[in-house]
Amino acid sequence: MTESPGLMQSAPPRLTTLVREPLVAIRDLKVYFKAGKGRIVKAVDGVTLDIFKGETLGLVGESGCGKSTLGRTILRLTEPTAGQVLYRDQDLAKLSAKQMREQRRHLQIIFQDPYASLNPRMTVGQIIGEPLDTFKLASGTEAERRVQELMETVGLSKRFVKRYPHEFSGGQRQRIGIARALAVDPDFIVADEPISALDVSIQAQIMNLLERLKREKNLTYLFISHDLRAVRHVSDRVAVMYLGKLVELTGARTIYEEPLMPYTKALISAVPVPDPEIESQRRRIVLEGDVPSPLNPPAGCRFHTRCPYAIQSCKEVEPALVEIKPDHFAACIRISPDQPDIDRVKAGEAPGLSA
Amino acid sequence: MNRLTIIGLVIVSILLIVAIFAPWIAPHDVGATNLAMRYLPPSGNFWFGTDSTGRDIFSRVVFGARISLQVGIIVVGVSAFIGTILGALAGFYGGWIDRIVSGYVFNVFLAFPGLLLAIAMVAFLGAGLNKLILALCIIGWVGYARLIRGQVLKVREYDFVQAARALGANDLRILLVHILPNAIQPLIVQASLGMAGAVLSEAALSFLGLGVPPPAPSWGVMIEEARDLSTLQAAPHALIFPGIAIVLTVLAFNFIGDGLREYLDPRQRRR
Repeated sequence: MTESPGLMQSAPPRLTTLVREPLVAIRDLKVYFKAGKGRIVKAVDGVTLDIFKGETLGLVGESGCGKSTLGRTILRLTEPTAGQVLYRDQDLAKLSAKQMREQRRHLQIIFQDPYASLNPRMTVGQIIGEPLDTFKLASGTEAERRVQELMETVGLSKRFVKRYPHEFSGGQRQRIGIARALAVDPDFIVADEPISALDVSIQAQIMNLLERLKREKNLTYLFISHDLRAVRHVSDRVAVMYLGKLVELTGARTIYEEPLMPYTKALISAVPVPDPEIESQRRRIVLEGDVPSPLNPPAGCRFHTRCPYAIQSCKEVEPALVEIKPDHFAACIRISPDQPDIDRVKAGEAPGLSA
Repeated sequence: MNRLTIIGLVIVSILLIVAIFAPWIAPHDVGATNLAMRYLPPSGNFWFGTDSTGRDIFSRVVFGARISLQVGIIVVGVSAFIGTILGALAGFYGGWIDRIVSGYVFNVFLAFPGLLLAIAMVAFLGAGLNKLILALCIIGWVGYARLIRGQVLKVREYDFVQAARALGANDLRILLVHILPNAIQPLIVQASLGMAGAVLSEAALSFLGLGVPPPAPSWGVMIEEARDLSTLQAAPHALIFPGIAIVLTVLAFNFIGDGLREYLDPRQRRR
């Protein structure tokens, strides 16, 4: 690099100015679970998604929509039923257990529950040092030094190295989990609701830590959350999931300001605004009913049972994820590149069908 | 700590000391018969009296502790070891291992009452201390395997196990470092209750003539030898003392088991 150290301190360019080279490319990924009695849960059902090098891709959706399963399947903590997960053009889904183990150095995960994600019988030093041992990255005093370094990186005092997880607060535990993920020097981290279980006052600290680490270590994040505010804050792009499928995908700003999908609009309208005047006048779209059971998802568009814009065709045709506007993908037959605003589509028409 | 647990610990400690130092504690030869001194009541010389052949009951109860504890420790040790390995493999890998171990083996073994199965086993293998231990191990491991399998099924879904996998730990490491240490606690409770069960089973089988053959000083054998009408009338103590020994031992291990369960599972703590 030719830039002076002073320039390095300035804010990094947002993704749009970077080269868009997919680091992880998900192709028609399906993850089905047997639910007994011959029933099948389609937790992830045909997701195709590129995660570009250096970006933070937010993945949002209600609980049970398959977003965590998608994240874990990328790391093969859950085995895919069909489809591909390409990491640097290599299909992870096809690797043997041994080959996959080698790749795990590059792909890591941070968990939601900082109480369940640390082995209660290991000290902080052992937890953070484990990957150094399993990958033979360091041993002896070198490993000790690395562990201390990692602890400092995430803002933990190295005095705590012999302590057990139960002696820490939720935020500190999450820092331990982050240090452990960083120990192998990964490129890509799945952050599976990393702040949802934390106190609000701690959430910002962990978010800032994640952002700083991303900058310092050139990380790429898949940031999974049900909290749209958090996702908006950190993400370059946002993907919205509903019942195992992607329904909308675009830049983080665009998805807030100009959402195309009725579902996304409803999600965004549910986020409270911290200004009482705006909040009191805010128009909310309240969805009726619950998320249908993934055991028996609705035919056609899976959202049609709750969608105020649904027409007969929505019950029959499964919508594909289409680029409605540049870099703005949505899966709805009632809109099309020519007519992207669903409120302006004439009643009963489905411009997406003819396209 | 619970008062009953302390009582249990004290009794078991005494039993251990008695069993280890039996030759120094027992005042008389366990096998020495003396028909002139049969049916003597408890006295300064014969603390628990003598039996139908004039043997010192106290000395025999002391040596009986050796047999009981030996059977208990070996049976529980071997059963828990085998049960842990098979239960962990079944729970961790699932698939065909699990289908065989939990689908067939568990159900077949659990379909029969344990003691009945042990009787059948001894009838097939023949009597004797080693064969008795073998029979009790064969029926004993299933309980531990089932317990560990359930625990492993639960623990393997914890995030820290997933994290270990994501961090490149192999199956062996995941099982030994991450799953088993977090799955094994209930086994300690099961093992102390298992000690009680093994002691009782040994006594029962020996009483039926299917365990340790006479004249070995097993508590079960002693009760069997004291149960004819003339002995019952002339020397009820010949039956009562080994009976008390069995009851105290079984109770003590059960107290410890209950205490451990409460200690390890705070939700069950009373008050």
